[in-house]
Amino acid sequence: MKAIVVGGGPAGLRAAMTLAQHGLEPVLLDEAARPGGQGYRSPAPGIALDIAALMGSQKAKYERLHRQFEAARDTIDYRERTSVWAIDGHTLFIERNGHTNVLTFDSLIVASGATDRIVPLPGWTVPGVFSLGGAQIALKDQGALIGRRVAFLGSSPLLALAAKQYQATGATVAGVFDTAPFYAKIRAVPHLLHAPHTALRGLSYLAQLRMSGVPLHFGIEPVRIEGCDRVETLVLRDRTGREMHIDCDAVALGYGLKPETQLAELAGASFAFDKSFRMWLPVIDADGRAGPDLYLAGDGAAIGGADAAEASGTLAALALLADTGHTVAQSQIDRLRASIKRLRRFQRGLATAFAWPHRDAGALPGETIVCRCENVSAGDIRAALGVGLIPPELNRVKAITRCGMGRCQGRMCGPALQEIVAAQSGAPVATVGRLRTQAPIKPIALSAAEMPR
Amino acid sequence: MDEPLPHARFIRAVPRNGKRLQFVFEGEAMSGFEGETVLTALLCNTGHVRQFEFSATLRAGFCIMAACQDCWVWCEDGTRLRACTTPLADGMRLLSSPPPPEQV
Amino acid sequence: MSTTVETIIIGGGLVGVWTAYFLAKRGRSVIVLEKESVGAQSSGVNFGNLRLQGRYPDQYPLSLRSQDLWERLPELIGDACEYDRTGHLYCAFNEAEAEKLAHYAKVSRANGIAIEDLDRSDLDKRFPYMGGKVIAATFSERDAVANPRLATPATSRAAQALGATIIENCRVTGIEARNRGFELRVDDGRTFSCTHLVNSAGAWAADIAARFGETVPAFAAGPPQFVTEPVPYFIGPSIQTIDGSVIARQIPRGNVILAGYPRTASDPVANRAPVPPHKTLAGMTALARVIPALAHASVIRVWSGIEAYLPDMIPIIGPSHAIPGLFHAFGFCGHGYQIGPGVGLCLSEWICDGHTPTPLAAFCIARFKSEVAVSEKFKAEFDSGGQSR
Repeated sequence: MKAIVVGGGPAGLRAAMTLAQHGLEPVLLDEAARPGGQGYRSPAPGIALDIAALMGSQKAKYERLHRQFEAARDTIDYRERTSVWAIDGHTLFIERNGHTNVLTFDSLIVASGATDRIVPLPGWTVPGVFSLGGAQIALKDQGALIGRRVAFLGSSPLLALAAKQYQATGATVAGVFDTAPFYAKIRAVPHLLHAPHTALRGLSYLAQLRMSGVPLHFGIEPVRIEGCDRVETLVLRDRTGREMHIDCDAVALGYGLKPETQLAELAGASFAFDKSFRMWLPVIDADGRAGPDLYLAGDGAAIGGADAAEASGTLAALALLADTGHTVAQSQIDRLRASIKRLRRFQRGLATAFAWPHRDAGALPGETIVCRCENVSAGDIRAALGVGLIPPELNRVKAITRCGMGRCQGRMCGPALQEIVAAQSGAPVATVGRLRTQAPIKPIALSAAEMPR
Repeated sequence: MDEPLPHARFIRAVPRNGKRLQFVFEGEAMSGFEGETVLTALLCNTGHVRQFEFSATLRAGFCIMAACQDCWVWCEDGTRLRACTTPLADGMRLLSSPPPPEQV
Repeated sequence: MSTTVETIIIGGGLVGVWTAYFLAKRGRSVIVLEKESVGAQSSGVNFGNLRLQGRYPDQYPLSLRSQDLWERLPELIGDACEYDRTGHLYCAFNEAEAEKLAHYAKVSRANGIAIEDLDRSDLDKRFPYMGGKVIAATFSERDAVANPRLATPATSRAAQALGATIIENCRVTGIEARNRGFELRVDDGRTFSCTHLVNSAGAWAADIAARFGETVPAFAAGPPQFVTEPVPYFIGPSIQTIDGSVIARQIPRGNVILAGYPRTASDPVANRAPVPPHKTLAGMTALARVIPALAHASVIRVWSGIEAYLPDMIPIIGPSHAIPGLFHAFGFCGHGYQIGPGVGLCLSEWICDGHTPTPLAAFCIARFKSEVAVSEKFKAEFDSGGQSR
């Protein structure tokens, strides 16, 4: 019985530890250099960062996960810097240090995590604009700041957290600019009470930032980022329509998270459109089953945050164990199911409080570069839809415009492309389809090809 | 810890314990530290990592987590590196645009 | 209520829409029924090669007519579709392959195509990036490429402008021959009647032919293809190795596209065209062997298509032998893109004039009434028995 777990974040680590506890010797493939994923990323050796201080109230969970994984490491075949680029049946095609190889499995748990969901704006390709998650990785992994004077823009509870972390490590925070109005956050309170501590933590970050004089704005409209070879100014419009010019040398941009579903798709998962997130998500049962011998866990399956990731990793492993004839404790399964359900409901609340500004995304000015790989603008996409016989379907629009055809395969532009196509064609967003995943899910050099076996 | 360079994009916020590593970018000698990625080391020295293929603009990466693929740089021998996931190594010779094919 | 029209074309691929274009141009009423969107299948996802050298000998009159149309795209449809007269380099790795090349060149020249013979020193001078394992090549200057993703939609729009009707997302669910014509029913309940019916439904066409008792041993497959990230433009011509391991070209944006054999069975029912990763790896190795400077370029995407193949590796083009008014054009075996416009022109002539000046007897569907030999090409392009994976 060979079980492989893909992903070294909280979900993948918990899944591998659970399998190991039940006597399996799982292989854990991690694209990163060290376990922890994005949220629980640890500093690289040689970077003298007090990560515990930076993690704040998450410190205890962070330390527990890393400590327990270290203790279990002898029972897990952990392979860092190993990425999966294709799946064919029960075979994974992997790449490590510029060489390809294959691994076969009986059961697969994919815990591939998430990236930032992005709404482009004019100027977002200028050096100095980074994803919000990226701004945090620069700090947590590398002890580096993305700029001296950083603006935080988007719609996400992580805006305030990241701003606070940046402030604590010496950056000037030029402001936190949230596109969602404050009342959206009040409206979401019933949902947010599913995880009151998390909700309060978010509010306390905002309060602390305000106390230290950081400008906080809600309901703003992003206009553009100015600067040629470096960010100089972030231009916004406030609720009254007044333009604000924010002097900054870097912008962290994020509108919540978007699951990395490419491997799940290659492994055969089916997808359904989720109205509250306005995203296509893999279809899983309560325990993470997504198909024969396939389990999904963590933010790569459904956005739930780090706690839900840990719980869903454990639960997916228990499901795998139960399906393969191992004895598992039903009480543990019940407890995990309840906890994940609660945490994911909280995320639904967050999706209301920090809304994905789909109207703004659909109405981006024509000159906005949407696809940063292939240099395709919102105007190019609308023009293609206007010539006739180009159906409002993302893969067809991609075929004509090259939007989503580049190195990242639509990871960054896909959400905005979806909204532009829906808005332009007047079609409901659920009907415009989703960009198909094609191997290799990350670029792979010709020189890496060695015939397996 | 060094003072940040005036044209640098990234700021080292905490001290480095690792060895200092020398590398070359676009023919210019630069240095970074053990533990840093190519992206961090480059952006602590300069403002960008690559020339964009389809317009005369510069790029400095975006997601810093191996998803956006916008920080691939070239070695002088033509090898490709994703800067955000590649550890800096002593003696690297990096380029912001591809070397001509005949030099590879 | 039934819509009556002279010609109905089932399948909005390249052949179907070019047929519609030429019929509309002659003022004839025509409707294209397309089950998805035009050019969605192999017409839209093929390699984009407009290759003249090394074609099936009996196909040259058709090929040359078609190339002429490709060369006049802006004049005909108002869009060049990234047509580029790059030339085509056919490469041999050993003496046996070089002999095969010489034979192809002889056939090509006999059909009026200018072919240059290149030995290794010529290659070093003119195409210095070619890997050392290539010992000889032939170069055909008139060969070209065009973007397949653009060609079918652009031709469809031109056909529409001339009066053709293109109906997408419309699957034919019933066909009946009656009153010296045909009645068709589609999935939304509409009905159509026509006197002429063109079956250009690609991998789905054999089922339509079978409804009229014309059974052919067609099956669905596609080549593994991939594209690299953009690298500086340095490869002029399309490059093809005669062993089929590499068919590659670089577009001016810099991406290098590769198609290669062996092909893989695809699934027309589930609408899936898988690319087994081990074939991608084989293609990567093969491409780096032919053009070593690409060794460091990264592959960013793979794809295949759903296309009908026949054991003799030549298409079916022409009138049905079962029923008057029905015309077939399918089973292009991965070589249909170049001849697509020409096939459309010939079909329009058949429908309007009762005959076409282009000799197409070799492609008659009746050849499958007796057993058809499996061609060497078939054996070379598939792993084994056609059901390769």
